[in-house]
Amino acid sequence: MNMLDIKNCTICYQNGTPAVSDVSLSVSEGEIVSIVGESGSGKTTLIRAILGLLPPGGKIIDGEILFNGMDLVKTDELRMQDIRGKEIAMIFQDVGAALDPIRKIRSQYEEAIAVHEKQPKHRCIEKAVDMLKKMHLTDPGRVLNSYPFELSGGMKQRVGIAMGMTAKPKLLLADEPTSALDVTIQAQVVHQMKELRDKYGVTIILVTHNMGVASYLSDKIGVMCRSRMVEFGTREEIIYHPKESYTKELLEAVPKLGGERFAK
Amino acid sequence: MQNKEKLLEVFHVSKVFPVKKQQLRAVSGVSFSISRGEILGIVGESGCGKSTLAKILVGSLPASEGKMILNGEDYTQLNGKEKRKFRRNIQMVFQDPLSSFSPRMKIGTYLCEPRRNYDGISKKEAMKEAEELLEKVGLPKEFVLRYPHELSGGQLQRVAIARAIAIQPALLICDEATGALDVSIQNQIARLLVELIEEQNMGCIFIGHDLALVRSVTQRIAVMYLGRIVELLDSEHLEQKCCHPYTKALLNSVFDVYCNQEAEIHLLEGDPPSPLQVQNGCAFASRCPRCREKCLSSVPELKRVEERHLAACFYPEG
Repeated sequence: MNMLDIKNCTICYQNGTPAVSDVSLSVSEGEIVSIVGESGSGKTTLIRAILGLLPPGGKIIDGEILFNGMDLVKTDELRMQDIRGKEIAMIFQDVGAALDPIRKIRSQYEEAIAVHEKQPKHRCIEKAVDMLKKMHLTDPGRVLNSYPFELSGGMKQRVGIAMGMTAKPKLLLADEPTSALDVTIQAQVVHQMKELRDKYGVTIILVTHNMGVASYLSDKIGVMCRSRMVEFGTREEIIYHPKESYTKELLEAVPKLGGERFAK
Repeated sequence: MQNKEKLLEVFHVSKVFPVKKQQLRAVSGVSFSISRGEILGIVGESGCGKSTLAKILVGSLPASEGKMILNGEDYTQLNGKEKRKFRRNIQMVFQDPLSSFSPRMKIGTYLCEPRRNYDGISKKEAMKEAEELLEKVGLPKEFVLRYPHELSGGQLQRVAIARAIAIQPALLICDEATGALDVSIQNQIARLLVELIEEQNMGCIFIGHDLALVRSVTQRIAVMYLGRIVELLDSEHLEQKCCHPYTKALLNSVFDVYCNQEAEIHLLEGDPPSPLQVQNGCAFASRCPRCREKCLSSVPELKRVEERHLAACFYPEG
């Protein structure tokens, strides 16, 4: 059975034009699925809808989002709160902005754990240290005692992933997790995501505009354009045998090393 | 010292910012030159001093050391009227188009400004030129009546380029000019830039962090790390000839669309050190896989490896 099934989903904001229209998507356990597309194509709206975290005014008008057979669209808020974080977690593009700037990582991390499981503080910290180590942060003690501004972009991103993964969710939603990072740091985070899947068996849905990252990580890729999913298939199909002209254009447009040069 | 072919020559430019009794070396000892019609790429990670260098070159930040010569004229120490007059020679295009426009100024007015400002031509004449400029960058001339928010990011970036070339500068500096755009738009802007530079016979400095893109637009690439140029070579042979471990690492960090999923990524551990920490040795030593004793004690100079290829490394990779 598929872990997540999105069936004919349509999402509108207040102005009435759909931001996502008639999109279907299926994700099996242990897979990494990427959603690529240009800005404004509705990819972020789609994955936020999975968690019921649409910005104000956003509404799912039609369709089903089945998570292990349960329709998340019809699930009430109380049950959703249980699912968020515990079963489905999300990491955002700019973790720096998602963290509270005036509190140390330690207290924010404790809170994130305590929400799901009541347990003594020292247990929380043990868990946090353990998780940060898994994310290859060499000095977890220092990280926990820092304010967000004291950490570099790559470290913050890894703290974000660690926080998301502490409750051992089955499904991880990542919204442009590497876009704000430098290339060498991006490579580190991409490596991290791959390890999450390979070592811990997490299912990941990745939203990105970087075709290279999508191609490296994914088992399946969905291409979105103007609120529609124009093509969805295995990585092999999308990257090497794209059917839609939009997908071809998108692939063509990505600058490649060793590719065409405009300069003479 | 003067070379007629050289448009811009930069000698040992440094910038030091005082930060709480400490010194932050944002740019240190950068030297290079550009000829007419050439596009030089500058790549590096955030905080490596690319943008600071750009600001020094346009003259909006004074350099702490070094000198810069454009068309044989040393403009490092210019002041007052002379500086104002000189500034038209170097124009800039910024990263985020929307925030570099005044939201209440029409595109036409925006495009008229440089010519009216520097040459004092009439409003009518300037408006006519503005329309021509728009057509030159591939936009309909009706856009003169629009406001910035009515245009898309790619269109705005075209307008920004139009304004920059309105007074026919000798040098154009693009600071991450395509960084905020989608890939397909990015390509269009890059093509437009290459065309314009060739047509107007300007020089151009193209700053970016996307190695693959910068490589496709430029003739030569300078790789910066922590305020220094660590390697300078022809873009055409970038992959084959680069020999600095940092350039190699940057190349390895680019995810190719047609990559092998099973291939291990060659990771560069850690983050760049803070520019506040004074280092004795090579700035890259802390992350370098080939670091040896000598790297920790002395700083490698940017030296000639072969024709048109400089690198700052004691033990360059073959």
